[in-house]
Amino acid sequence: MAAAMPERKLDVAGALKDAALAAFVAFGLFSLVLGLRTEQSGLTSALQLYPRPGLLFGAVATVFAGRFLIALLFRSNLLADPARFIPPQASKGIAFIGRYAGIGLLVFALIIPVIFFDNRYLLDLSILVVTYIMLGWGLNIVVGLAGLLDLGYVAFYAVGAYSYALLAQNFGFSFWICLPLAGILAAFWGVLLGFPVLRLRGDYLAIVTLAFGEIIRIVLINWQSFTGGPNGISGIPRPSFFGVPFNDGPDGFAATFGLSFTPSHRVVFLFYLILALALITNYFTIRLRRLPIGRAWEALREDEIACRSLGINTTHTKLTAFALGAMFAGFAGSFFATRQGFISPESFVFHESAMILAIVVLGGMGSQLGIAVAALVMVGGFELFREFAQYRMIVFGLAMIGIMIWRPRGLVSHREPSVHLQEKKPIPAAVVEGARQ
Amino acid sequence: MKSPLLSVRGVKTFYGNIMALGGVDLEVFEGEIVTLIGANGAGKSTLMMTICGTPQAREGQILFDGRDITRIPTHEIARARIAQSPEGRRIFPRMTVFENLQLGAAITDFEFFAQDLRRVFAMFPILEQRRDQRGGTLSGGEQQMLAIARALMSRPRLLLLDEPSLGLAPLLVQSIFNAIRELNEKEKLTIFLVEQNAHHALKLAHRGYVLVNGEITMQGTGAELLNKPEVREAYLEGTTRHQ
Repeated sequence: MAAAMPERKLDVAGALKDAALAAFVAFGLFSLVLGLRTEQSGLTSALQLYPRPGLLFGAVATVFAGRFLIALLFRSNLLADPARFIPPQASKGIAFIGRYAGIGLLVFALIIPVIFFDNRYLLDLSILVVTYIMLGWGLNIVVGLAGLLDLGYVAFYAVGAYSYALLAQNFGFSFWICLPLAGILAAFWGVLLGFPVLRLRGDYLAIVTLAFGEIIRIVLINWQSFTGGPNGISGIPRPSFFGVPFNDGPDGFAATFGLSFTPSHRVVFLFYLILALALITNYFTIRLRRLPIGRAWEALREDEIACRSLGINTTHTKLTAFALGAMFAGFAGSFFATRQGFISPESFVFHESAMILAIVVLGGMGSQLGIAVAALVMVGGFELFREFAQYRMIVFGLAMIGIMIWRPRGLVSHREPSVHLQEKKPIPAAVVEGARQ
Repeated sequence: MKSPLLSVRGVKTFYGNIMALGGVDLEVFEGEIVTLIGANGAGKSTLMMTICGTPQAREGQILFDGRDITRIPTHEIARARIAQSPEGRRIFPRMTVFENLQLGAAITDFEFFAQDLRRVFAMFPILEQRRDQRGGTLSGGEQQMLAIARALMSRPRLLLLDEPSLGLAPLLVQSIFNAIRELNEKEKLTIFLVEQNAHHALKLAHRGYVLVNGEITMQGTGAELLNKPEVREAYLEGTTRHQ
């Protein structure tokens, strides 16, 4: 092995060549975009071109310098072996963090409302993050476990939200009755989508699910008499504490429990509500993975033909994956409706589907912890860069590229087996020899 | 005369408009090892897959224990207790050996699981040692053992083996074939074996069929076929003599 290790030598000429090529490409890209400015001016309002050589030169020079440095690092094998940069204690530490990260995050999530009771902004942000964690865990059943690429997941989120809004407004049902109903309705739509796409896989499945997501949204916009069209539905009943409303009246939550009234009570309740829903999703998924149906999902992802030849009904397997994934989106949707008090088709655009899918893929398909971390980074990170709105897509893109390079299979790419042997057994030499023969 | 366990009658299978099988007839009786030999592209694996219903035969009939299985879906055929160890093994690479075996037992009653597991571990001890290892990290021979073991976990009445010797070292081929013989002799398992390795397969099998361009051209007992000059020339010595 030692002989195969490439030597560390500064390869300046090669790096210069790389940098020159990158600068050339950058010049081609930026020459029109940055190099020229158009302006309407003068009496005729004619379009006039102003060259901006300084800006163009600056951009190309930046690319040249950046590429030169990166190429120098890579070509000189300074980055070839990441183990060199990470001392053994540190990697042990990382493993330790990995083992307890889940518990740590959970404890942190539980005490967030206690620490940040008065910070309304942070509580709202936490609710948003946990909602996306729940959606990621739900989509993980379809994409991560069953391996069915679904680009229209937001449709089920929309079904859940509209189910709650319409049931609550038209029939006066309470949240706790609507929640299971919304889940059932979303699951029903999941099966409805599942049937036509049973024979499809990969790219084709992705396109059809994408179309399905759009169909739901367009129906919501155009069916004015039922859904309110683009105006959406407002005045959706807010949640109550199991029947006790969050207001400053004599029957309100604060008065009942002898507290002084503050609007934070409701926000904290909403936070714990979505956290509970998300944890139910997580618990459900973990349990399902150990049951025959969960194992069948994973087998389906690995090899559909082998699955069928073992007597697994792939039709049922796919439909249950779609239905259960959709059901959790439905729960999340009805939570979204009760939190916002107002919903419109605007909230259920393709961007949301892409966001949830990105969370699942970046988190490492199938990994529950990875998805939670990815949701935290994606949603939280997006908020962090709100001040620099025009740059956040750049940062987002860079982060994606970074993950593609260093963690191509997602943040947590390790698949945990669903069963463990109690103790480790050494392999006798004779047995190994037998297999080698 | 007793009726065959599996009978294939005039089966024609197409991929689009291309005919892969042009009217195949063959029979497998209970307790037999029957082998199907033939060159690359003769349609051996197609016949195997047609028996399992992917793709389905366009013409002809496949009977298993008197029941017509020509048009029923693949998972129903598997539930009729026909197990397959497919070409290329097709184990689940990211799942552990144990999980692979659990999936093999997907259609059996749970009460048999522990007993069946002991049985396949006794037959392939290396699999027990590799229990918690991912299928994809096993060596080729171990993956082949896993594919056979997974098929056995469903307690089949008929075991279909598609090229179990593919890509294995000669000694390992011998041990796989010994395992097949043992299954047949000790457990009276009926086995239908598709092989390119004609010499080994014919020595092992009670009866054999030769498939050429989607049609059966010869049949007979293993010993008969081994001694036929046409078979020897085409499948055993052919390449050396003609060159």
